[in-house]
Amino acid sequence: MVYIPHTDVERREMLAAIGVNRLEDLFQDIPEKFRYPHLDLPEPLSEMEILQELQFLATLNLNANTTSTFLGAGAYRHWTPSVVDYVISRGEFYTAYTPYQAEVSQGTLQAIFEYESMICDLTGMEVANASHYDGATAAAEAVIQAYNVFRKKRAKIVIAPTVHPHYRQVIHTYTQGMELDIVGGDDPTTPLDQLVEMVDEQTACLIVQTPDFLGRLVNLEGVADQVHARGKGTLLAVVVNPISLGLLKPPGAYGADIALGEGQPLGLGLNFGGPYLGFYATQMQYARQMAGRLVGKTVDSAGQDGYVMTLTTREQHIRRDKATSNICSNEGLMALAATVYMAALGKHGLRQIAELNYHKAHYAASVIDELDGFTVIKNRPFFNEFVVRCPAPVGEINAFLRNDIEELEIIGGYDLALDYPRLENHMLVAVTEMNSRHEIDLFAEALGAFPVENGRSHR
Amino acid sequence: MSEPLIYELSSPGRAGVKPPHLDVPESALPANLLREDLPLPEVSEVDVVRHYLRLSQLNYAIDKGMYPLGSCTMKFNPKVNEVAARLAGFTGVHPLQDEESVQGALYVMYSVQEYLKEIGGFAAMSLQPAAGAHGELTGVLIMRKYHLDHGDTDRDTILVPDSAHGTNPASTSMSGLRVVEIPSDARGNIDLDALRAQVCARVVGLMFTNPNTLGLFEEHTEEVINIVHGCGGLVYGDGANMNALTGIMRPGDAGIDVMHFNLHKTFSTPHGGGGPGSGPVGVAAHLADYLPGPIVALDPESTADEDPYFTFFDPPKSIGRVKAFWGQFGVIVRAYTYIRMLGSEGVRKAAEHAVLNANYLLSRIKGAYPLPYDRICKHEFVVEGHLKDAPDVHALDIAKRLIDYGVHPPTNYFPLIVPEALMIEPTETESKQSLDNYADILLTIAAEARETPELLHAAPHNAPVRRLDEVRAARNPVLRYAH
Repeated sequence: MVYIPHTDVERREMLAAIGVNRLEDLFQDIPEKFRYPHLDLPEPLSEMEILQELQFLATLNLNANTTSTFLGAGAYRHWTPSVVDYVISRGEFYTAYTPYQAEVSQGTLQAIFEYESMICDLTGMEVANASHYDGATAAAEAVIQAYNVFRKKRAKIVIAPTVHPHYRQVIHTYTQGMELDIVGGDDPTTPLDQLVEMVDEQTACLIVQTPDFLGRLVNLEGVADQVHARGKGTLLAVVVNPISLGLLKPPGAYGADIALGEGQPLGLGLNFGGPYLGFYATQMQYARQMAGRLVGKTVDSAGQDGYVMTLTTREQHIRRDKATSNICSNEGLMALAATVYMAALGKHGLRQIAELNYHKAHYAASVIDELDGFTVIKNRPFFNEFVVRCPAPVGEINAFLRNDIEELEIIGGYDLALDYPRLENHMLVAVTEMNSRHEIDLFAEALGAFPVENGRSHR
Repeated sequence: MSEPLIYELSSPGRAGVKPPHLDVPESALPANLLREDLPLPEVSEVDVVRHYLRLSQLNYAIDKGMYPLGSCTMKFNPKVNEVAARLAGFTGVHPLQDEESVQGALYVMYSVQEYLKEIGGFAAMSLQPAAGAHGELTGVLIMRKYHLDHGDTDRDTILVPDSAHGTNPASTSMSGLRVVEIPSDARGNIDLDALRAQVCARVVGLMFTNPNTLGLFEEHTEEVINIVHGCGGLVYGDGANMNALTGIMRPGDAGIDVMHFNLHKTFSTPHGGGGPGSGPVGVAAHLADYLPGPIVALDPESTADEDPYFTFFDPPKSIGRVKAFWGQFGVIVRAYTYIRMLGSEGVRKAAEHAVLNANYLLSRIKGAYPLPYDRICKHEFVVEGHLKDAPDVHALDIAKRLIDYGVHPPTNYFPLIVPEALMIEPTETESKQSLDNYADILLTIAAEARETPELLHAAPHNAPVRRLDEVRAARNPVLRYAH
């Protein structure tokens, strides 16, 4: 586009109305030695040229949507119904601001209200906010909420070592000024009982993840009661995969106080890691301690239903340094995408997608488990992701899958040794509805072709 | 209006889209872990399309008209940005793929890091923060860690001017630090005497918004920075108002130690009804090691011009990651597209015309609305929405009346230091006609305020809903659909 609409004549008229002669006159308050620096940016491009360049750059990336992919670890390749991008491409949605002026933002506000309702339905919780940046920052906000619930008097936080490593890192980053005592360690074999036993009356919350980072389903029945009793009210926060909740018991059903997670599987692209969607829900008694925007229903002066941002006294623009969080911009458009995704699939569709993930992952596990040198770790039920013990470092196997098979390129699973040194040679394999049986069979065949002898790589 | 909720369109057994078929044998489901019911709506694709299209039509948006929300930089964003961000080779990339298979994405990120360093005058840049406030938190944590690493353990205070965005004090307290507020002087600058009185060995730094939220460039910029540096403190720049300065001044040149950019304001990603944003943080050399990683670096074996190869690295003294994965990549692609299309001259012209437009609009309405600080403004300005001869009319009434004329109101009741504030930021993409139209409406409303104030009290009259009862919403919160 031609970015500036002003003609020379208009510019002159405007300067005259202001009472100055030149554009430069508007910047006399900027110290002269800093004014008008030379910027070394590349020469400007036309729209055609920039698109040609970007199209070339895009081809330098391997597109996981059109490649056989078994990589998950917190971001998943799922099918997105066409209607999702149609709705979020409406200029009325994507070029609106945060709905500060409710009377001309009812579309955004009602959509957020529907999003909050659907997240409550999905998680079985009572109240959901309008979104966080991603699952990791939502987890950090859960810690802060718990800390605030106990008026900053409880400093201990127990985090399961199988919560996504990035989430654990972000919690540490966010809370480094709060002098918290974060425990739970980083041994992924730590049993849940042992984590529950770490909870005491100084503990603000326990955070667990299911399916956990290793894909395993954690049975949390009764755990909330134990945590509440041991810690005299300690909060249980659960990180969940939203697709798994199409099939599995939601955190609200087993008494969790906070449910949160990464909403990317709900119809958002992989997008090299963002923008994603942190979803966050809690029980009504904690609504005033939660972070983020909340939309509520009300009426207008004529008695007609309408929606507004509410309980804003929690927020930075009202409470400043006393706010529950500093969050301002969130992931509004991504929340809209997730809303449309959940509406389009509906109660049965989401269950079907969840079942497809489950069955395909279990099929993949069964064929991989038959390969010489590869063992699927099956000590716990799993959803759409599982761990395979491999005969060589995962990096070597993935390079083989990418480069060494004729006419085929496969993106292998995640190398767990990157986060857990004791899990050397362990690959985290994700399978979704996008992986056809044929794709799964080729993947197993390719793994089986990896050259090994006596468990040692020949490469 | 009254569009029903999507739940109210539901009919048992209806479905919108059909999932793919099952092509593998079924496995036994874990019976003890299964949920009983999932009460999501059951609607057709037609229902979904019509419902959300009708909802969209209840919104005002920059694609409809001028949206001069102060401090929000609601400029028009070129449509090519959307095409760029939706290229399959960008949307389909998994964040944990091998570096070798994501070189195009890393090229874009590396380039944006370099461009922002150049535009801001910084030595290093992290693209990880997801929004402006997230960048602020990052910046405050960096300043805190810097002092701790230098054995300066008694610093616990961040100085925040009283005109600052609410996110500044909120980010400070999230970092475990205390806020000391610095008043403004009669010309809208930071009160230097008050600043001098507060600087001491407890100061971590100052959060400095320049131009400030009054739209005024700080007249003692160098002195403010020197005073804070003089006590060993650092200066954080709130880059929310960078749209006034691209190509005009580099904050890093003036001694700003750390600053966030708002890619979704200055660098042209649409606001999406609240997000996504992106808040890259730039720092001077002495803070480079503290940035959140990973950051994209050029492999030392290659060069940027010829066959470059990019890799991730973590700064050695990093505060830690602030987000999963690498950053808001889709937003970063839009910023890349914008900067490449504008170039050095284009980003300067954007700032010049943002400032021209603000001053022109101000010149048109100056006599009609009280102006607390009468100076050449930068990209935005603040007037009082309270007229001497119309004492019953408030800023909120004026804002709501603007809706009746088919335009979006300015930010109101912020900054807090101006009573009944109307904060207006027209941005550079508005034409003179568009500004004249807005000015004419504001002048008409000023006349109405005196002659027919009841018209303003009851506004809006011409919107999907009338004025909404926010008190009721907060007193009796209804936060979800009740099945």
